[in-house]
Amino acid sequence: MAEIDFAAAAANGFILDRCQAVPALIGRHEDFLFVTGLAGTARDIAALTHDGAHIYTMAGAMGGAVMIGLGLALARPDKRVLAVTGDGELLMNVGALATVAILNPANFAVLCVDNGHYGETGYQKSHTSLGVDLEKMATGAGIRRTLTVGTEAGLAEGARLLREGNGSAFVVLKVTPTDPPAFKRNFDPAACRERFRAALLGG
Amino acid sequence: MEEGVRWQDQLYDLLRRNNITQFAYVPDAGHRILIDRSLADPGAHSVALTTEEEGVALLAGADLGGARGVLLMQSSGAGNCINMLSLIKGGRFPFLTLVSMRGDFGEGNPWQFPMGQAVEPVLKAMGVIVLRVERPDEVVPTVTAALTMVFQSGNAVAVLLTQKLLGAKAF
Repeated sequence: MAEIDFAAAAANGFILDRCQAVPALIGRHEDFLFVTGLAGTARDIAALTHDGAHIYTMAGAMGGAVMIGLGLALARPDKRVLAVTGDGELLMNVGALATVAILNPANFAVLCVDNGHYGETGYQKSHTSLGVDLEKMATGAGIRRTLTVGTEAGLAEGARLLREGNGSAFVVLKVTPTDPPAFKRNFDPAACRERFRAALLGG
Repeated sequence: MEEGVRWQDQLYDLLRRNNITQFAYVPDAGHRILIDRSLADPGAHSVALTTEEEGVALLAGADLGGARGVLLMQSSGAGNCINMLSLIKGGRFPFLTLVSMRGDFGEGNPWQFPMGQAVEPVLKAMGVIVLRVERPDEVVPTVTAALTMVFQSGNAVAVLLTQKLLGAKAF
C-alpha cells in the first residue's frame, strides 16, 4: 500500500478533518434528502444521520450519485436534495456536472468531499492531488454557484450555498486523507430503496 | 393505429398518460420526435445527458422521489450503461428504456455492428428484459406491455425499436 504523504496533502490545501467538517457544513441533516457515493461519503452521511431513512447510500455503480440526486431533485421540487460524492466518484462521471448545469434545479446541491485520494482502495492519489480542480470543472460545466472550502473560515459560506439560492450549487470540501467515520450502514440497495420511498412517499 | 397519427406521437402520448415525467436522452435521430415533444412539454423534464449511464442513475433518483422516467438511447448507448445497471438490478428499481437500433437489419456503417449486435445479450446479462418492435402497429402495444412490466411489476425493460421499424441508415 502506498504511503500517504500528509505533508504534500496539507501543502495542497487538504487540511480539514472530514469527521468534523462534513457535519459542520451540513448542519441540521433533517433538512435534506441525501444521495451519497461509495465508501467515504456513504460513511460520512450514514454516521451523521445514523443511517436515516432520508439517505440513499451506494456501495457500487460508481459515478451515479450526482445523477441519482438530480433525478430526485427534479421529482421533488418541494425538498432540498444534497448529493454527497467523493473526488474519485465524481471524476468517474464528471459530465454529470454539465447535465446538472443545464437543468439547474434550485433545490439541488452537490457536495464533493475531496481528499485527493481513492481511500477505499488504499489511498492512491486521485487526479485532484495532481492538479485537477473540480470547482473549475463545475464552473466550466456551467454551474454558477460554486465554492471550494479548505478552512474552517469557509464553512459558513459553504453551508449557505448548500441550503439557499435560485440554482444548483456545487461545493468542494477539501479534507485531509484520513478515514471517514467508522459506521456500519445497510448495504442492501433494494432495502435502502424501500426504506427511502416508504419514509418519503408513505406506504 | 389511429389513421394519420405518427406512431411516435402516439408513443409520446402513451408515456405521458402513464405519468412519465422525466425524459432522459443523448440526442439521437431515431428518438427525435419524442425528444422534441418532451422539450415542448411544460409538464415534463427533458434531460439531455452527456452519456447514457447518467440516465440510468437519473431514473433511479426519480423513482426514489416517486416519479417515473424513460431513457431514450441509441444501441451504442446501451454499452455505456452496463455497470450503472448494477444500481437498477441490485436496488430493484423500475427501469424503462427505448433503444433505437443501429448495427442491425440493413445497417451500412460497419462501426455500428459490434455494439448493435451486443445490445440484447449485454442488457439481458444485467437483468434487463428485452422486447423488440419491428412494425409501427406494434409500438403502442409493446410499450404498453413494457409500462406494466416496469411500473406495476418492478422490472427493468428495454424496448428495441429495430431498423425494420425505423429504417436502416445507409452511411
